[in-house]
Amino acid sequence: MTTGLSRREFLTGSGALVVSFSMVPLLEPLASGQGQFDTHMSHIDPTRLDSWIAVASDGMVTAYTGKCDFGQGMYTAQTQLIAEELCVSIDRVRLIQCDTSVTPDQGTTSGSQSTPTNFNSSDLAQAAATAREALIKMAAPNLGVPANLLTASNGFISVKGGRRVSYGELIAGKKFNLALDLKAKRRPPSEWTVLGKPVPSLDIGALMTGQSEFVHNVHVPGMLHGRVVRPPAVGATVVNVDEGSVRGIPGLVKVVVRQNFIGVVAEKQTQAITAAAQLKVVWTTGIGLPAQKDFYDYIRKQPSRDVLMVDSRDVEQQLAQAATVLKATYCHPYQAHGSIGASCAVADVRADKATVWSSTQSVYPTRAGVATLVGLPVDDVRVIFVRGSGCYGLNGADAVSFDAALLSHAVQRPVRVQLSRADEMAWGENYGAACVIDQRAGVDATGTIVAWECEPWSASFGGRPGYDHPGNVITGALAGYPPQTVAPQAASQPTGELRNGNNAVPSYVGGCVGGKCGGTGSVRSERVLTHTVNSPFFTGPLRSPLRLQNTFAHECFMDELSAHAKADPVAYRLRHLREPRIVDVVKAAAQAAKWEARPSPKSDLRRGQIANGRGIACVAYEGDNGYVALIVEVDVDVESGRVQAKRFVVAQDCGPISNPAGLRNQIEGGVLQGMSRALSEEVTWNDRRITSTNWSSYHSLPLGIEVPAIDCVLINRSDVEASGAGETAITVVAAALGNAIFDATGARLRQVPFTGARVKAALESRS
Amino acid sequence: MHAVDVDPETPLLYVLGDELHLRGPKFGCGLGQCGACTVLMNGHAVRSCVTPVSEVKHAEILTLEGLGTSAKPHPIQQAFIDEEAAQCGFCLSGVILSAKAFLDRNPKATDDQIREALAGVLCRCFAHARMFKAIQQYAKTRHI
Repeated sequence: MTTGLSRREFLTGSGALVVSFSMVPLLEPLASGQGQFDTHMSHIDPTRLDSWIAVASDGMVTAYTGKCDFGQGMYTAQTQLIAEELCVSIDRVRLIQCDTSVTPDQGTTSGSQSTPTNFNSSDLAQAAATAREALIKMAAPNLGVPANLLTASNGFISVKGGRRVSYGELIAGKKFNLALDLKAKRRPPSEWTVLGKPVPSLDIGALMTGQSEFVHNVHVPGMLHGRVVRPPAVGATVVNVDEGSVRGIPGLVKVVVRQNFIGVVAEKQTQAITAAAQLKVVWTTGIGLPAQKDFYDYIRKQPSRDVLMVDSRDVEQQLAQAATVLKATYCHPYQAHGSIGASCAVADVRADKATVWSSTQSVYPTRAGVATLVGLPVDDVRVIFVRGSGCYGLNGADAVSFDAALLSHAVQRPVRVQLSRADEMAWGENYGAACVIDQRAGVDATGTIVAWECEPWSASFGGRPGYDHPGNVITGALAGYPPQTVAPQAASQPTGELRNGNNAVPSYVGGCVGGKCGGTGSVRSERVLTHTVNSPFFTGPLRSPLRLQNTFAHECFMDELSAHAKADPVAYRLRHLREPRIVDVVKAAAQAAKWEARPSPKSDLRRGQIANGRGIACVAYEGDNGYVALIVEVDVDVESGRVQAKRFVVAQDCGPISNPAGLRNQIEGGVLQGMSRALSEEVTWNDRRITSTNWSSYHSLPLGIEVPAIDCVLINRSDVEASGAGETAITVVAAALGNAIFDATGARLRQVPFTGARVKAALESRS
Repeated sequence: MHAVDVDPETPLLYVLGDELHLRGPKFGCGLGQCGACTVLMNGHAVRSCVTPVSEVKHAEILTLEGLGTSAKPHPIQQAFIDEEAAQCGFCLSGVILSAKAFLDRNPKATDDQIREALAGVLCRCFAHARMFKAIQQYAKTRHI
């Protein structure tokens, strides 16, 4: 398929070429629609307008973005953004996502940062605004009217009520040859006609009818199939590989060994599977693993890297004077991304260049990693994003891209690698970190919090490979590149402004040191000391990294403080919050849920089999990147310990909303994914290896559950910058559920997941 | 009708994907646990990742793309489009085809029966709420 144009052809070509680009229909697979490798465009300059926007002679707009869509709706929202700023309809925009030969390097699509990065006053949004103003300036001499009397609309620049000239006529397929204008005016939300409107996912028809191309569907002529052979135990290394054990398997092309990385390449996928299963490898026994049942104690005893995130330097004094000091400890397990599709990638590595089709969220960093692994200059490696199965941080996409590159490098032919389910869940992905979190707070005689201290321990190993650390995912580590580990270090006293936006800091504090204050709450005395220890397993950013674990602890502890004060949990939260945006989401959720003000637990704990209750939790994501409050109503079966959520009410504020339809979808998915993680998901292991390797040992709530009602209250603010929205709601789900279980039964769950057995144990330990 | 030259033990999924380049059925787990590889074999939902191609013989295999097109989606696909019932969309073969096969055989199924039929189908983006609404919408058309 060569219908598309490469970046070089575009940059040097005529308008006619750009037109042919725009004629690639929407359903054309993005990977093959982007042309053949022939370019070294690592220098795509983000300060230049032509790096972001091209307008063809027929007026079609092509936009280039470094933020990709893996199910969260960024393709549609970014298309809306371009259409809005350039005043054209959506079907006049073609968006090219994440291809190192044609798109600017925007790092990784992660951390709820795509909206802040591309929808405010820089990058893609600013490029589109610059392009609109540039077209208006071009039209002024053409129409003989000063630019300030011209308007852009529907692909034309017009004199009010009169003559007009089309974008295509003005630009005639040429480059803008302009710098991004940081003063170019964004169109105000009050005038939006495309952005801010509920637009269904642009590829929804293709998706529902199985026509969308995923990375799993990429076929390259002459492509072989690879499978990997991962170690049988954590830390096991290769002693011997007996290639004779697979001799004679039909179609086998090569056994590839590079230090502890082992893979096989064959003509057909089944042949590769057979060879991978039959290959005899002698491994060392591995490092041995700490017992899972004692793991939270184990974490505390490890050497740690300590950071004093915030310290108002008066916590001990305040606690000594407090009427009461409360303490609690919360535990959160390792959890898997568990993407529905085990990861897959295709690589074509030759002596002088390489192309990788990958669902990585980080095409440029992955390009750097591939270049390192196969020994090519980065400019000779092209990584093309092709959507994969939903990813919530760092699933096996980066690792399998490296796998494919190593295998293709060894055979100098294109190789497709499909991870098995066990490869993905035991050895492919980087888990969300296990945490144990100590909370301590002092309250005065009225129950008001006077000091809050939080001390979380989290386990870390590897992470995103970035540009320099291919060993941060399993493949790179097996091939000999060291993962990033935790170097123990004592905390030093923080200087400057308190880091109240850090995920380890509760929303209710707002301490000051030397007159510098921060935070969204009113508790002035605060101290947060984080400990990071080495993890036996690879970890990474799972929606929402550490924020979710810490918020579980903060918001449940807030509920415990509220119960101690015999206060209503909503009123008690409002008493300790001062940032209006988080106050507003709490009030909006309470109003929509018809929250009945009273303390938890319910006073009339009945003896029936089903106990019902409600709980609330809220968060200011990263301190200021989105605000959410969630109320959940639950039924708890006191015989079995089974928890059934009946209804969720979510109020969310992420600033000006780009696409309310996409936002609702993200909120609903986040809430239910959070419920599955809170109620049933936990990575498990024995003394040598991970044992949660498939869907019978890692428990994801299936389609067949009774799905609770989900009501969303969207607070649309046009007077602030746009915030992220993909990770906000999930952050508070475990806490809201735990608080609702407490309200219903008086039993406090301090360890995720809230399995039936754990709920029963908590019920039985009630006084 | 397609003729392919493969080992008879080859899972149907690999024939559909690698040999025939179909996009609907996806590799999710290879264990028949998640549903992403689901196809209809003579109207029955089967997990093509654990179905040897030798079992197919002359049976009719219908994949998600065989059910309808963007221009002319099948009513259950239309219901999913109406409800915007997907995020990444990787699981859709399992969700849509399992529901269709069940409802075609049990047009008067209750919500609880539909849930039971979907007990082995996963969506990890958790578009469950919309998906269930879409299935209910399709079920209503089957009642008439």
